[in-house]
Amino acid sequence: MSTQESYVTEDGRTIGPTVMEMKNITLRFGGVKAITDISFDIREGEIRAIIGPNGAGKSSMLNVISGFYVPQEGEVWYKGKKRPPMKPYQVAQQGIARTFQNIALFEGMSVLDNVMTGRIRQMKSGVFSQAIWKGRAEKEEVENREFVEKIIDFLEIQAIRKTPVGRLPYGLKKRVELARALAAEPSILLLDEPMAGMNVEEKEDMSRFILDMNDEFGTTITLIEHDMGVVMDLSDRVVVMDYGKKIGDGTPNEVRNNQEVIDAYLGVAHD
Amino acid sequence: MPVAFLNFMEVTMNGLMAGVLYALVALGFVLIYKASGIFNYAQGVMALFSALTLVGIMEGQVPFSHLINAILGTEIHHFGWHINAFFGILFTMVVMVGLAYCVQRFVFRHLVGQEPIILFMATIGLAYFMEGLGDLMWGSDIKTLDVGLPQGGSLAIENLTVGLAAEGARYYGMYIDKLDMVATVVAAILVVALVLFAQYTKQGRAMRAVADDHQAALSVGISLNFIWILVWSLAGFVAIVAGVMWGAKSGVQFSLSLIALKALPVLMLGGFTSIPGAIVGGLIIGVGEKVFEYQFGPMLGGATENWFAYVLALLFLVFRPQGLFGEKIIERV
Repeated sequence: MSTQESYVTEDGRTIGPTVMEMKNITLRFGGVKAITDISFDIREGEIRAIIGPNGAGKSSMLNVISGFYVPQEGEVWYKGKKRPPMKPYQVAQQGIARTFQNIALFEGMSVLDNVMTGRIRQMKSGVFSQAIWKGRAEKEEVENREFVEKIIDFLEIQAIRKTPVGRLPYGLKKRVELARALAAEPSILLLDEPMAGMNVEEKEDMSRFILDMNDEFGTTITLIEHDMGVVMDLSDRVVVMDYGKKIGDGTPNEVRNNQEVIDAYLGVAHD
Repeated sequence: MPVAFLNFMEVTMNGLMAGVLYALVALGFVLIYKASGIFNYAQGVMALFSALTLVGIMEGQVPFSHLINAILGTEIHHFGWHINAFFGILFTMVVMVGLAYCVQRFVFRHLVGQEPIILFMATIGLAYFMEGLGDLMWGSDIKTLDVGLPQGGSLAIENLTVGLAAEGARYYGMYIDKLDMVATVVAAILVVALVLFAQYTKQGRAMRAVADDHQAALSVGISLNFIWILVWSLAGFVAIVAGVMWGAKSGVQFSLSLIALKALPVLMLGGFTSIPGAIVGGLIIGVGEKVFEYQFGPMLGGATENWFAYVLALLFLVFRPQGLFGEKIIERV
């Protein structure tokens, strides 16, 4: 496990030591290799991006981190310990929150209830005390409700607090999903294409929220994104994937000047 | 007031109270269906099983006594104790939670992601397994269940209503069963409690979350397995209430498992996914069949209660397949 010194970025944020390290991850579906021998790390407080063309294995990588896929080879190190094979809900309880490319919200529940589910990890009272709604259960509910209201304010969705999520437009749903993930006070927040399908204005809003989250709460963020401009502006470090392999890793500037990356991806994307 | 109207009122009241019992069974169905998409055919048998267990525990019967005696040649039948109703129900709850765990652990955990029809077939198997298990554990004789609930007609209501008819009109007051009144109150409390639990607690919220989207539920750290055990336990708890009420009314016998069939039309009316729907559906069926029998029964040769509910359900299937409160079925092209 590499122990790195903390450093301060140009804009004054502190990047801490490694919080998660992927070591030689290989993921296969039957005979098809989705990810081949990929290693990289995520440091505390940074915005880490994973980019690559369609089918490069970015979403698969995110699913490995969040426990939805179990890699055939390789190790996941989290907070200095090797992570044993886990169910996705156990990974979530360890403090890794995520959003989905196609939005996975509880459509029938209100925005407030959706965000409250994000707090489940913080609520420790048992079924029995909940059933009689006394003591710890009651206190917890009130405290967590306060925290959730803070998140709702932060993401500027106060006006739709009581609206059933199913009735919201796409852009707002994305924001509610973000609120739910953020409510968990995650050690790592995984965003699967947070700006997919948004118009320019919505994209700007989302970028601002991502930066503010990182700045105010110190949230470590790992995101997948197609929009190159956005990625280069947002992230501290970038992993570039192509055909399931890692072809580049470094600051946006380093990646931009990496010939392999230019050939595989940027060269095609920019005329 | 004319006697005919008063009689009609009485029939309606009795219908409402019968409906409450149907609703109780339907409620168990809705809980499981909402959270896991499993149509639990065994809900009626769960009510039977819980009633058998309750009687067995209260009377101090030795479980599997026939089996034990047949194998070991002994003659044991009773522990020789009597437990009061409160602790009896508490123990029965423990048994039902254990059952919920076993059902999830040994059956449905292995069927995750299967077709609904396969899950349904599994619950049919479960129903017969539990019926057999109940028989083996507690014997197949008809038992009386006495948990200290009041029985018989309510004199107070008879006295209160006898004055409503005109003088000398040969009216003797309404006959309302006390047990039915208790059942109504208990069912109302149960429903309010369930709704509050689902709405304002962590586990309740997790339950609704699982019902809504499995993947999203996993991503916030909810264990599907745990929630399913919880839901089956709650359904078991509802089954105890239904079992106690029906058992106290008509004795604990194996035909009790057939009340599940009466819950089917209730679900078709109320929708499979709505708790209020189960209640309203139950009441409509209860009132409908009693009033229909009272008004048209004599013309049709009686016994309309046996089929009225199903015909009503059939009409709903034709004109409003999602029920009164169910989620709207939208066909996407």
